[in-house]
Amino acid sequence: MAFEYAPAPESRSIVDIRPAYGLFVDGEFVAPADGESFKTVEPATEEVLAEIAVAGPADVDRAVAAARRAYERVWGPMPGAERAKYLFRIARIIQERARELAVLESIDNGKPIRESRDVDIPLVAQWFFYYAGWADKLGYAGFGPDPRPLGVAGQVIPWNFPLLMLAWKIAPALATGNTVVLKPAETTPLTALLFAEICQQAELPPGVVNILTGAGDTGRTLVEHDGIDKVAFTGSTEVGRQIARSVAGTRKRVTLELGGKAANIVFADAALDQAVEGVVNGIFFNQGHVCCAGSRLLVEESVAEDVLDRLKRRMTTLRVGDPLDKNTDVGAINSAEQLARIRALAEIGEQEGAQRWTAPCPLPDRGFWFSPTVFTDVTQAHRIAREEIFGPVLSVLTFRTPDEAVAKANNTPYGLSAGIWTEKGSRILWLADRLRAGVVWANTFNKFDPTSPFGGYQESGYGREGGRHGLEAYLAH
Amino acid sequence: MTRSATKPDPGHAATPESLRTFLHGLPGVDKVGAEQRAATLATRSIKTTAKRWALDLAVRMVDLTTLEGADTPGKVRALAAKAMRPDPADRSCPPVAAVCVYPSLVPTAVETVRGSGVRVASVATAFPSGQVPLAVKLDDVRAAVAAGADEVDMVIDRGAFLSGRYDEVFHQITEVKAACGDAHLKVILETGELGTYDNVRRASWLAMLAGGDFIKTSTGKVSPAATLPVTLVMLEAVRDFRAATGRQVGVKPAGGIRTAKDAIRYLVLVNETVGDDWLDPAWFRFGASSLLNDLLMQRSKLATGRYAGPDYFTLD
Repeated sequence: MAFEYAPAPESRSIVDIRPAYGLFVDGEFVAPADGESFKTVEPATEEVLAEIAVAGPADVDRAVAAARRAYERVWGPMPGAERAKYLFRIARIIQERARELAVLESIDNGKPIRESRDVDIPLVAQWFFYYAGWADKLGYAGFGPDPRPLGVAGQVIPWNFPLLMLAWKIAPALATGNTVVLKPAETTPLTALLFAEICQQAELPPGVVNILTGAGDTGRTLVEHDGIDKVAFTGSTEVGRQIARSVAGTRKRVTLELGGKAANIVFADAALDQAVEGVVNGIFFNQGHVCCAGSRLLVEESVAEDVLDRLKRRMTTLRVGDPLDKNTDVGAINSAEQLARIRALAEIGEQEGAQRWTAPCPLPDRGFWFSPTVFTDVTQAHRIAREEIFGPVLSVLTFRTPDEAVAKANNTPYGLSAGIWTEKGSRILWLADRLRAGVVWANTFNKFDPTSPFGGYQESGYGREGGRHGLEAYLAH
Repeated sequence: MTRSATKPDPGHAATPESLRTFLHGLPGVDKVGAEQRAATLATRSIKTTAKRWALDLAVRMVDLTTLEGADTPGKVRALAAKAMRPDPADRSCPPVAAVCVYPSLVPTAVETVRGSGVRVASVATAFPSGQVPLAVKLDDVRAAVAAGADEVDMVIDRGAFLSGRYDEVFHQITEVKAACGDAHLKVILETGELGTYDNVRRASWLAMLAGGDFIKTSTGKVSPAATLPVTLVMLEAVRDFRAATGRQVGVKPAGGIRTAKDAIRYLVLVNETVGDDWLDPAWFRFGASSLLNDLLMQRSKLATGRYAGPDYFTLD
């Protein structure tokens, strides 16, 4: 390469990572009752970043009690216009501290700074601004003249968009008058803990937001706790099933946003260069750690060869490496565990006879990395066409007619998202009607907006987040 | 490329129908997607060694241009002197690619740059509107070439293109190409008047099929002139054209590129769309006048660590 980009790292000096973090309960950081902790590591270097407290049953009790008190005495009775002021304040502080949040997110999660800076953190602020606007207008949202909050929400979020998923959960819950106990993912707790500081900075009343760190046990204790009225979970379908079982027969309301195996459908008449761009964005955005990732490419057979040539050529320009480098396109895989899962499924793809092609990107020596990979000659019968890989691995299938495209796209237990690429408007509408997916993107992919509802069909979960629809999950009516 | 089977053969007379069928059969361009791709690439951060390399390359790619009614031999001599030695204070600074002037000033330019390696480009074909009979355009071209121009920048007849008379535009370009002889032909599409990226792609293919050596965005007399997404679409066209025919065509964004930062964004676009093969003054040029001084200022900043005022860089 003649034009070698020199390293352009974003400075780490803006973030101040403490050696150890407590739990955020009732407005302050406290030590866990039984003193246990775990380490969070930086996926790009495998270095330990901090000691993180593990919340046990006693801590969950405390946090739920604090949230209940805050709900009954302060937040629930507070007029919506007053709640809005706090949310607007939080949104503005997020904007003011955007660079700090972006750098911390990239360090803890491994995602490229370009994405945390240009996508995650701006969306986080937008989510709080958007739901702040709803707080005093709930009577006009279509859920009756005076919809009431549910009470205390127990929320468990994944590691792929740590702060954004926190915003998706906390902003609507708070706007509608609920209080929350939130558990961030085990591997990515740091931005949630910084968010706790932002709550302090915004002088949010104690107990309205409580952050409990820990692993699956903490999440289970929280979800099964008698004191919560609502469970909101984003994560794997497997854990979602356990949660659905555990809340069955209780008064708890539940929303689940689970896995996906989205089809990105490219027709012969598509704007091919932009379609390829969208396919790349659909699967390699955030290292493919996206529940709505376009992990299956369905391409019309008559242009399959052309599209694959363009796709491979484009993939050779992907820059894999240091998440903090401003020119990085694909960052680190979030954890050793996830890397092992991606590797295992990719090997199964090869064993089952699919053709593997990997972009020739140099990878760093340390850390968790996986080169962007494409499998061709994939059929519906391959496991890599059915199971969620949650990594930078694309399975390519072909179709001959629009009907076949619909049949193949819908032939999955999931149903979170889909993409359509064609220059023909009527075909977009025809197809969108038939695709069994919560979100259908046309000539774009992985676009998120706080005003737009998001959620799945079938094993991708139930309930909607975002938009007016997202309020419903937190209102009794 | 699966489409090569339907490609008109530029060596033979393409029928109006086959040209139309071909151009309208090219894949469309999604406006939102193309603009988003260009915007994403514009966030690339080019620092230190990469920046130094890019600035030098950008200087070598400049077609230093003056296209004013008030141009005189004196003005052109000054421009040509600057083209040969852009930064008198720094001998390591390379010369620019070419000077670009009106046909009547070609003799002055040729005389001034003789032996320096800097080429002389001349606009022709009734620049900038192109609204004269073909015979007049051809005379314009022959005059420029006879006066010693190494490169001819022609404008296409946008009126004919927009009214769907593709064969007429095709014919004009082939005639101009013939009149150029050995001179390189750059075909100005005037993308600001074409209205859509689909038209930019079609005009790019038309110009390449008709024998253009370069495709160029703009005259600089129409706004918008060069933009990143337009240049992206043209780069995709030259890439696909080479894949289909084996012939490489150059790209020249012109007009509105004023800062070193802009120029580097274009080089990133080239690098990540068509790659190394086009990162050379033989295949990529900037049509610009004020760009050069900003490139020089940034070069000197990188070398010395501080900015010198504009008075330390020469007027052209």
